[in-house]
Amino acid sequence: MSSLEFLEFEPFLLSFKLAGLTTIILFIISVPLAWWLSQTKSKMKPIWESLTALPIVLPPSVLGFYILVALSHNSPIGVFFDETFGIKLVFNFTGLVVASCFYSLPFMVQPLQGGFESINKNMLEASYVAGKSKIETIIKVALPNIKPALMTAIIVTFAHTVGEFGVVLMVGGSIPGETKVASVAIYEMVEIMDYKAAHIYSAIMVVISFLVLLSVYIFNGKQKKIGF
Amino acid sequence: MIKIDINKKLHGSSGEMDLNVNLQINQGDFVALAGQSGSGKTTLLRILAGLEEADGTLYIDDEVWLEGKKALPSQKRKIGFVFQDYALFPNMSVIENLLFVKKDKELANHLLEITELLELKDRLPNSLSGGQKQRVSLCRAMMNKPKLLLMDEPLSALDPVMRTKLQQEILTLHKEFNTTTIMVSHDPNEISKLSNRVIVLEKGKVVKDDIASNLLVEKTILSFDI
Repeated sequence: MSSLEFLEFEPFLLSFKLAGLTTIILFIISVPLAWWLSQTKSKMKPIWESLTALPIVLPPSVLGFYILVALSHNSPIGVFFDETFGIKLVFNFTGLVVASCFYSLPFMVQPLQGGFESINKNMLEASYVAGKSKIETIIKVALPNIKPALMTAIIVTFAHTVGEFGVVLMVGGSIPGETKVASVAIYEMVEIMDYKAAHIYSAIMVVISFLVLLSVYIFNGKQKKIGF
Repeated sequence: MIKIDINKKLHGSSGEMDLNVNLQINQGDFVALAGQSGSGKTTLLRILAGLEEADGTLYIDDEVWLEGKKALPSQKRKIGFVFQDYALFPNMSVIENLLFVKKDKELANHLLEITELLELKDRLPNSLSGGQKQRVSLCRAMMNKPKLLLMDEPLSALDPVMRTKLQQEILTLHKEFNTTTIMVSHDPNEISKLSNRVIVLEKGKVVKDDIASNLLVEKTILSFDI
């Protein structure tokens, strides 16, 4: 039991802080993007959809590598942020948030897009005819009527960001208190053969992930009964 | 006075078709729009509502709704639109559906009273019957006191008793608000009961334009599916 006293929970806090921030930022970005994808008749739509879905199929190391190259202090973007705002985008927490936003983008966009596409078009038109702008229609009519999709998007994005590993390791390294999130901490414990700590961390991750998914399914089940 | 002169290429199930309509409708008229499915009735209604683009011109009194590339957006046309499938907002109660259009509680209560819905005002749309939903939809369409009320087969999904009841309510509201109404309908009895003018479309063109009673006399020799 003695090793338990040395267990740090900072990596978990870091994971949840990262996931929380990423979810908020992605929600703000993805609502307009998913709306546009659901309504557009543009021939370019498949290209945008493919680009959005890319992080699902790419190995996280590939994604991490390109983000690292794009944001490093030798790159134009890295130089711009460093000189303009004094912000470094790799091997720190900020970099992790940026990388996570790319990594988890499809998990926010796809359920929202599916939800928006399932809405009765006449209902949206009824709102336009009533004099309401697109933004007001999205906030007051569209979003409240896709609650299950909204819930899925937010929770799965959060859970997926908590679970990310490859991208985090590539872009963030493993700096305690800065970029050493739970999944990276587990990897390091296994490397130094501290299986007991790895077991405890992993068990916590399994339980949290299960509870998160369970809450989504229970919520969506209830919504279906109400008739949304 | 509504002056319609529009043109639009349609890609229907029976190939390409030109919707070409040139009409003048008087203020306060109740116009029934009939014709086979695919003849362009719904599209015409949607163009009037600003929900679909078209070439040509649309003038309503002294307002310009469409002129060349300039089209007034739906939001600014102040029309009422009643959809065949009601299109109510499921997340809002009956009264909230009405107040969403305009925050005028007095008018909302008045409309719900005319349509005998006052007791149901806090219910969600999903708990209502088809007839009740369509009455809510009708009330919602009247909330901004529209100059032009457009109805796309509003009664076709209802049973005969409910249809008769709603026809009366539509007529009451049409008169009380002195609105100009255009309604797509297939039912000759409904047309004769409600409208004072009937326009029949075929393949995108007006093939018949008459006062309702005349058309009804001819209905036996009409080949149109009205």
